[in-house]
Amino acid sequence: MSSREVVLGRIRAALAADTDAPPPVPRDYVRVGADAPGTEPVLEQMIDRLVDYKAIVDRVPAGEAAALGDAVAAALSKAGARSVVVPSDLPADLVDASGRDERVVVADGRPSVLTPTELDGVDAVVTTAQVAIAISGTIVLDGKAGQGRRAISLVPDFHLIVLHADQVVSTVPEAIARLDPIAPLTMIAGPSATSDIELERVEGVHGPRTLHVLIVG
Amino acid sequence: MRIALIATCLGDALFPDVAKATTQLLERLGHEVVFPAEQVCCGQMHVNTGYLKEAVPVVEHHVEVFERARFDVAVAPSGSCVGSVRHQQAMVARRAGRTDLAERATALAGRTYELSELLVDVLGVTDVGAFYPHRVTYHPTCHSLRMLRVGDKPLQLLRAVEGIDLVELPGADQCCGFGGTFSIKNAATSSAMLADKVDNICSTGADRCTAGDASCLMNINGGLTRGEKGVQTVHLAQILNSTRERVAA
Amino acid sequence: MTSGTFLGIPRRHRHEESPLRGETSFPKAAKTALANDQLRRNLKHATGTIRAKRALVVNEMPDWEQLRDAGAAVKTDVMARMPELLEQFEAKVIERGGVVHWAADAAEANAIVTELVRAQGVSEVIKVKSMATQEIGLNEYLEEQGIAAVETDLAELIVQLGHDKPSHILVPAIHRNRTEVRDIFLSEMTGVVEGLTDEPKQLAMAARSYLRAKFLSAKVAISGTNFGIAETGTVGVVESEGNGRMCVTLPETLITVMGIEKLLPRFEDLEVFLQLLPRSSTGERMNPYTSLWTGVTPGDGPQNFHIVLLDNGRTNALADQVGRAALHCIRCSACLNVCPVYERTGGHAYGSVYPGPIGAVLTPQLTGITGHDDPSASLPYASSLCGACYDVCPVKIPIPDLLVELRARAVDADRSRTIPGGWDAAMRAAAWVMSDAKRFAAVEKTLAVGRLVAGPDKLISTLPPPGSAWTRTRDMPAPPKQTFRQWWKESHPEGSIARSADPADTEQKDGHR
Repeated sequence: MSSREVVLGRIRAALAADTDAPPPVPRDYVRVGADAPGTEPVLEQMIDRLVDYKAIVDRVPAGEAAALGDAVAAALSKAGARSVVVPSDLPADLVDASGRDERVVVADGRPSVLTPTELDGVDAVVTTAQVAIAISGTIVLDGKAGQGRRAISLVPDFHLIVLHADQVVSTVPEAIARLDPIAPLTMIAGPSATSDIELERVEGVHGPRTLHVLIVG
Repeated sequence: MRIALIATCLGDALFPDVAKATTQLLERLGHEVVFPAEQVCCGQMHVNTGYLKEAVPVVEHHVEVFERARFDVAVAPSGSCVGSVRHQQAMVARRAGRTDLAERATALAGRTYELSELLVDVLGVTDVGAFYPHRVTYHPTCHSLRMLRVGDKPLQLLRAVEGIDLVELPGADQCCGFGGTFSIKNAATSSAMLADKVDNICSTGADRCTAGDASCLMNINGGLTRGEKGVQTVHLAQILNSTRERVAA
Repeated sequence: MTSGTFLGIPRRHRHEESPLRGETSFPKAAKTALANDQLRRNLKHATGTIRAKRALVVNEMPDWEQLRDAGAAVKTDVMARMPELLEQFEAKVIERGGVVHWAADAAEANAIVTELVRAQGVSEVIKVKSMATQEIGLNEYLEEQGIAAVETDLAELIVQLGHDKPSHILVPAIHRNRTEVRDIFLSEMTGVVEGLTDEPKQLAMAARSYLRAKFLSAKVAISGTNFGIAETGTVGVVESEGNGRMCVTLPETLITVMGIEKLLPRFEDLEVFLQLLPRSSTGERMNPYTSLWTGVTPGDGPQNFHIVLLDNGRTNALADQVGRAALHCIRCSACLNVCPVYERTGGHAYGSVYPGPIGAVLTPQLTGITGHDDPSASLPYASSLCGACYDVCPVKIPIPDLLVELRARAVDADRSRTIPGGWDAAMRAAAWVMSDAKRFAAVEKTLAVGRLVAGPDKLISTLPPPGSAWTRTRDMPAPPKQTFRQWWKESHPEGSIARSADPADTEQKDGHR
């Protein structure tokens, strides 16, 4: 008998004496927040949470491409980034802004991808995101347009995320509903951190030590 | 109201003053107290030590005695004994295949209350007219706090006591280390928990430590007297039963 | 000598060595731990800190109880439908390019993983912190096979470099303070900068430099998973440092070991567990990083993905309709942090990789108990039943009730003994006495003897065993002159009729009757 059959057989035997069907799952927790995605209270909560995690947050008015470009360039320059990796499908204006101040811009994905070691030699990464959750200050990347492979937002030490206001939802359930389950998902809540020594939180371990979020709108 | 007193086995044998105070307090508030004399124990010690089968006759005896008695509600000056009546007796009966006994135990548990619950929820009083000129800190015992969820009812009662100086106990929600036979089977750990409880009590500067359970107080008092800390333990019922006249006497 | 079942007269056994079983009983191990002042201080500080953090982020959730109810119900559903959900999960992983392996026990899981690593031709693998792989002793097994497994979580690295054992589910090095960590790094870590201080920030940076090259060059990573979603075949790792992302993203091959109870039926269920877990665990609204992946994503992440579905005693626990609630555990460790016993003894005293209240119920169920001399047999008694663990459990596992049930099982298993133990005899005698008022009153009379041994302060300060365990550190009150029932007889000569101070009250009461 294969181990598969052994284990499944044990489980069926373990459950054989069960008589009652399990009760339905109560879902009376808060599924949709009081405020709509992208509204001011939701954005305020998102910013509050991100700042609490020691992320840097700036807001840029919607529909002002120049202001966004300036903010991207300023963030990268302030971080001292000399080189930056971007997903090959990052919007052109963001790529252009990334390359200001004589920064070297490397596009990952087309025609080729960077090795981990090559990525380690790059100072920063710029991506968009799929959705963000205000109540927990979480930003979700799913590898789709403008977000790139998981490796590029992991290895460089500085991660700049451009988030649009309407992507910020209030609750975790609202965000889960917007996700593609089979896409590789990365949920980010602040820069990498550890609490392993005396339960005291220290920001910056293996993942990007700085997380900078630009909220557009 | 006609109130049946569950004196508890420990209260009967070792701490009669607690059951006396409960009786006198309720009588002073104008209620009739009955004491079904055949009562012994709720079965808690057996259950918590794993002797659930042995607990069956103890539980059955408790249920029979109180079923025979005529009363409106029953009260015990003990969070853990009421916890045992409410959360363990039916389980003990069911586990032994005694569905009938489980139902009877559940029905009885439905009209059994811990003292602070009885006073605040059933009788609707928080000011019982007590006078107690001491600096007091309150230890909310685990079963009152987490099994019965009495919340701040004991504190509501204590705050209304005249002359009392009620001080907050640091780490109040932490177990005193008693745990019944745990205090024997894991004596070293139990003693370490007690030592911290004693330290916290002493840090308040109180001269009295109170709680709603004589068993936890027995443990705490054992640590306080051994350490010659000069703090005395007193049951909540005794404070509530203390009046100007009694203090003067 | 052979091992037997937990029935009949206890015999001496040789217990199989296992990361789930200690060498000594809990009370004995606890005594050693309690004597270590540094350990006590470290634990008090760490558990106090995390308790406060958790309370803060749980109290701000208006729907916390509803989330707990949902979490508990989802897990109940998982247990009831485990065969179909596992098969669905397996099919989805395969559909998405993953390979599924089944392991009935630790030995089989270790062998599967070893073969998979060998097939990649490497002698070093990187690891994400995983309770499942600790439970099966994977690192030790790989080492015997000539494969180095490098732990990448900071706390696990501290434990590994310190040749130590984990003592907590979430923070395995909770028993160490910053200075001890610094000393371990200085003596065991290659390439440590001179003058390393004990600042947590500096220590974290030392770990970053130490592991960086390993992350960038590793070919194979091993992880556990926090969830396995049946509907989609999705698995995931919830972490903080980014070491998990490194492991599940950069190597070509990823091997994930998953206990079969980790299932969630629907992707939607994540909305419950991604709220319950971080707040209960690290006391954060959300942990810094959560990675979720489904099989293989072409062009992104490992292109070889293997999952090992692990039983290793879980079906023992599942077969127990009461005890199976322990399988609902999502390994948040909130119960450890609030447990007054854990706070004072630390995790090593439990002898199992699963310490604390949940460990005290889960460990004996996973291993089974072989007899009285089995150290795991003492675990269900390692609790004062204070109930703090249940209050914080995100999936509402009734840990105190399970502890009582396990105690009852141990007592029941002993009933066939011809010579009852001391506790058996005492409890049987007590039951006989406590089910009859006359017998009880008779015993109360004998208690009066206690008055003779008491001092003038009416305290008893020495008792013979087992009471000596009590009087070693605290006094016992001397029995009173008069029991309550004696007082009642005197004060209420008419039986149950109350004496009332106010005749008007009596009238009222008469009316009530």
